Amino acid sequence: MNAVVIGCGRVGSAVAQQLADEGWQVTAVDESEEALARLGAGWKGGFVVGHAMESEILVRAGIESADAAVVATSGDNTNIVVGQVIQKRYGITCVVVRVLDPRRAEFYAKRGLRTVCPTQTAISYLLDAVRACDIPSPPSSEPVQA
Amino acid sequence: MYLIVAGGGKVGANVASSLLAMGHEVTLVEQRRDRFEALEEKFGPIALHGDATEVHVLERAGINRPPDIVFAVTGDDEDNLVIAQIAKEGYGVPKAIARVNDPRNQQHFDLLGITQTVCATSGILGLVEHEVPQHGLVRLLELRQEGLEVVEMQIAGNSPAAGKRVAGLSLPEDVRLVSVTRNGVGEIAVGQTVIRPGDRVIAILKPGLEDSLRRALVG
Repeated sequence: MNAVVIGCGRVGSAVAQQLADEGWQVTAVDESEEALARLGAGWKGGFVVGHAMESEILVRAGIESADAAVVATSGDNTNIVVGQVIQKRYGITCVVVRVLDPRRAEFYAKRGLRTVCPTQTAISYLLDAVRACDIPSPPSSEPVQA
Repeated sequence: MYLIVAGGGKVGANVASSLLAMGHEVTLVEQRRDRFEALEEKFGPIALHGDATEVHVLERAGINRPPDIVFAVTGDDEDNLVIAQIAKEGYGVPKAIARVNDPRNQQHFDLLGITQTVCATSGILGLVEHEVPQHGLVRLLELRQEGLEVVEMQIAGNSPAAGKRVAGLSLPEDVRLVSVTRNGVGEIAVGQTVIRPGDRVIAILKPGLEDSLRRALVG
């Protein structure tokens, strides 16, 4: 199965490597050539330098025969637009898009885009962590009359 | 009318000024602090500081009312597309006009349902084509929503249309000649109008018929 991973930063490169380890044919796309180094010396997949708003770059990355796409550049709006273009122009149903802003992630999720919001995840984890704290109850005292 | 202008650069600031001069109510949203401060000095409290792709900023700008039109005119095409989508699809804004900075992104706006767009670069390229005609046919105006375009052609001495009446031309369907300009004077094209070498002919047509129109008129 073929996957295209757009944005090869900390998140994108790790997703690309993991998918490759699981047997996917992966092509990563990044604006910066230096991002290739993040994929490690033994990277067997493809790598395309360029901006994913350019159709030619998507095509060179093999979007036309992709089964899945992960869009995780540093720009929320770029991810949202590129994700929708991949979904609508190339008919790929498995398009996963990183959106840091929870409101935008929710808005586009309702409209059929598979968004993943790390900020929302962090909020939930932080809240759970606080709730799980073992806080000693304060010494009981008589309520103060106002 | 109530209008939101997203993006306070040269384009947004001028659009806002014009709308205010026309007597409309305007909120102008700018993300960059330095630009916002200059806008606040000029426009007062209608200037709003924030990223117009963030829902809470749009809400502070009054997107819930909703405005009659949202102008998404930042220097970033992805931002403009997202602003226009959130306005139209999230808040029922009847009209969103988006600026396209890079003409290559036009296809994405079309695909994602943002049909009312303005692209200065395409406009300039159109002018270049007009001043430096290469293919005998210049696109003057694209009516995207209507699915029509207006083009201009220059008739040469050996053009098939030279010396013929409009009624006698075999034009493709979905093409109408609009006007004939000779020595700087334009006339509405009617059946009796004779086309002469050197004339500039304006036509309205469905996109895709440019080549058959060119063959019929210019050769």
